[in-house]
Amino acid sequence: MTATVRYDEVEVGQELPAAEYHVRRVNLVMYAGASGDFNQIHWNERFARMVGLPDVIAHGMYTMAQAGRFVTDWAGDPGAVVDFGVRFSSMVVVPDDDRGAPISVSGVVEEKLEDKRVVVGLTARSGDAKVLSKARAVVQLS
Amino acid sequence: MALNRDFVGRTYPPSAPYEVSRVKIKEFAAAIGDNNPLYRDREAAQAAGYPDVIAPPTFPIVFSLQSGGEALVDPELGLNLAMVVHGEQRFEYVRPVHAGDELVMTSTITDIRTAGANELLTVRSDIRTVAGEPVCVTYNTIVERGGAG
Repeated sequence: MTATVRYDEVEVGQELPAAEYHVRRVNLVMYAGASGDFNQIHWNERFARMVGLPDVIAHGMYTMAQAGRFVTDWAGDPGAVVDFGVRFSSMVVVPDDDRGAPISVSGVVEEKLEDKRVVVGLTARSGDAKVLSKARAVVQLS
Repeated sequence: MALNRDFVGRTYPPSAPYEVSRVKIKEFAAAIGDNNPLYRDREAAQAAGYPDVIAPPTFPIVFSLQSGGEALVDPELGLNLAMVVHGEQRFEYVRPVHAGDELVMTSTITDIRTAGANELLTVRSDIRTVAGEPVCVTYNTIVERGGAG
């Protein structure tokens, strides 16, 4: 693996340029198929409301994957991510329209570790809600 | 209904081997909207030093719960799957998963606890190749909404 980001050129406190992704109903259908998670709360509005949710919600793992993409795009090599963990703190409610729900991800270098590894703290929001908390990735830089 | 604490510490038998294919990785990458060539182009992956296309960091979710999945539907545990949402997830990698890997999971219920009105259950899955090489460890916490009531 070879990250394109060099350890020596990264500083604690450095911010990673924020990115915005959109999740639409079709993405949830595709994700259900690809992941095998067919929980109805992710695609059946009637069922979602019946169990007390406001509408269909995105798979937490779909949101986590967007945060993952944010880090792997920065690192330049997905294999450079050696540890990645999140807490799902709020739901991403996905309306039945063409625009879907926004997921904006930002990050900051929180710590430089030994062996050219860094801790990137991540934030993901959808509208006013913070949808990931305690989100962090450890990345092996060059 | 509270979850049965007797399940904490239970380890389930290793899963049948899961064979990671290029097609599945490509499908997963498409589903998350990620166009990274290392997920699709074997030559690009090999140029980056990998034996074949690699999988996105969250890919092991496709199979990591399989070996512990039987626990979740065991009526003795008392989990209402209709009320389940994902609480926390972590992947600890030794190396990236790549096409051609044959992976075996061993899952253990490591924790069951109450948080407010909810019940939280954590499953750890150790993922190795069929030859025994460690690849990654996943930690999955699911939330049963209202389960503590």
